[in-house]
Amino acid sequence: MMRHLKNVATLKLDIETCTGCGLCIAVCPHAVFALADSKAHIIDLDACMECGACARNCPVSALSVDSGAGCASGIIKGLLNGSGECCCDKGNGCC
Amino acid sequence: MSTCCCKNNECQPKREAWVIGEIETPAGKVPILGTRLTFHDVLGALKVRFAIGRHTYTVQPGLYAIGKPTAESPVFVSANYKLSFDHLRYALGGTDGWVMVLDTQGINVWCAAGKGTFGTEEIVNRVQQTKLDQVVTHRKLIVPQLGAPGVSAPEVARQCGFSVVYGPVRAEDIPFFLENNFTAIPEMRRVRFALRDRIAVIPVELIIWFKQALILAAVLALLSGFSRDGYSLAHAPHAFGLVFAAWLTGGAIVPMLLPFIPGHAFSLKGVWAGLLLWVMLGSANLMGTAPLIELGWGMLITAIVSFMALNFTGTSTYTSMSGVKKEMKIAIPLQLVAVLCGTVLIVLGGLS
Repeated sequence: MMRHLKNVATLKLDIETCTGCGLCIAVCPHAVFALADSKAHIIDLDACMECGACARNCPVSALSVDSGAGCASGIIKGLLNGSGECCCDKGNGCC
Repeated sequence: MSTCCCKNNECQPKREAWVIGEIETPAGKVPILGTRLTFHDVLGALKVRFAIGRHTYTVQPGLYAIGKPTAESPVFVSANYKLSFDHLRYALGGTDGWVMVLDTQGINVWCAAGKGTFGTEEIVNRVQQTKLDQVVTHRKLIVPQLGAPGVSAPEVARQCGFSVVYGPVRAEDIPFFLENNFTAIPEMRRVRFALRDRIAVIPVELIIWFKQALILAAVLALLSGFSRDGYSLAHAPHAFGLVFAAWLTGGAIVPMLLPFIPGHAFSLKGVWAGLLLWVMLGSANLMGTAPLIELGWGMLITAIVSFMALNFTGTSTYTSMSGVKKEMKIAIPLQLVAVLCGTVLIVLGGLS
């Protein structure tokens, strides 16, 4: 499995609030979560790409993540234009 | 290839090649989609892989039918990027169902979800606009898993009464998903970045950097012209050749060999690839005639490859924004220093 930098992901799970519905497991593209004892657990934080799917879908807001595109060109453009960090704008390069 | 001639939907959209008929529903006529891809579809897919008309490769948003769907048939949600749409209708061959195409401004599902155009609001609006509640009796939408960053399943249910079921990442796994009681196995929920995926993005990668590489090569060609005997453009082909080699390494070799190059940071992977290129060109005596010039060009090509590799984070499928920001903080200043020093060395080397 390909990995980017360790210990940087901003993903946080409030285990007390979690109801163990499993929706985060269904939406995560990198198998960051697993279900144990009727609760979700973060089992692979370094695999998190901060897409934000889990936090957006969690019905009890037990998850939080500073989500955004992990895209250098997008971040550079965001810094230069002061807006929009995503790289997928119409008419330009990536994705 | 937008199908409507005016913005306010007053006119009738013309029938597209992928529409093979019409089906009558309580909410009006719905076009039926073909599930075979034609030569034009394959050619279109190839063109966008080479960055030709990539941002206008669209289909009309709205409701479509596949096969002979009934009011109980499943509803699949898609983006209006034709490549996404084609993957879906091809995978649905032999199935009866409905396809609800969102307006994602011609962007694929995952990128559009990141921007929010493939999102809760657009789904709710599209459900209302297509009068989906009159077309089907169930209240379930199958949304591609990669749409999840933009879609809140609980919100969609609250706002329009349709519950979201997340399908597999890849459309090709949909038949299995349908047979497996609308459940994807864990393997179908994971995004990979296999060799074939990485090779597929190389042409676009090279094309989007071509202009910048050409400008940089021209500037360096002009700057490498100074010597004690005056100014000459004799070294210009050399400058273009080296920048071209760096562009090819950063845009094709790094993506292809990504998992095999040491390091986690993309910019560091780029450094290794750049240094290797330097050693290879150097051993073939292609790096320049004077030590200063060789050193200058070495720094330049390493910085170019490293910068292109860093930007490949946006194309890759596993980097987080926090991770990219962290590596940028170290990599960008070093790359800038390398470019400046390299350029100065080339000029000095020419003059000495």
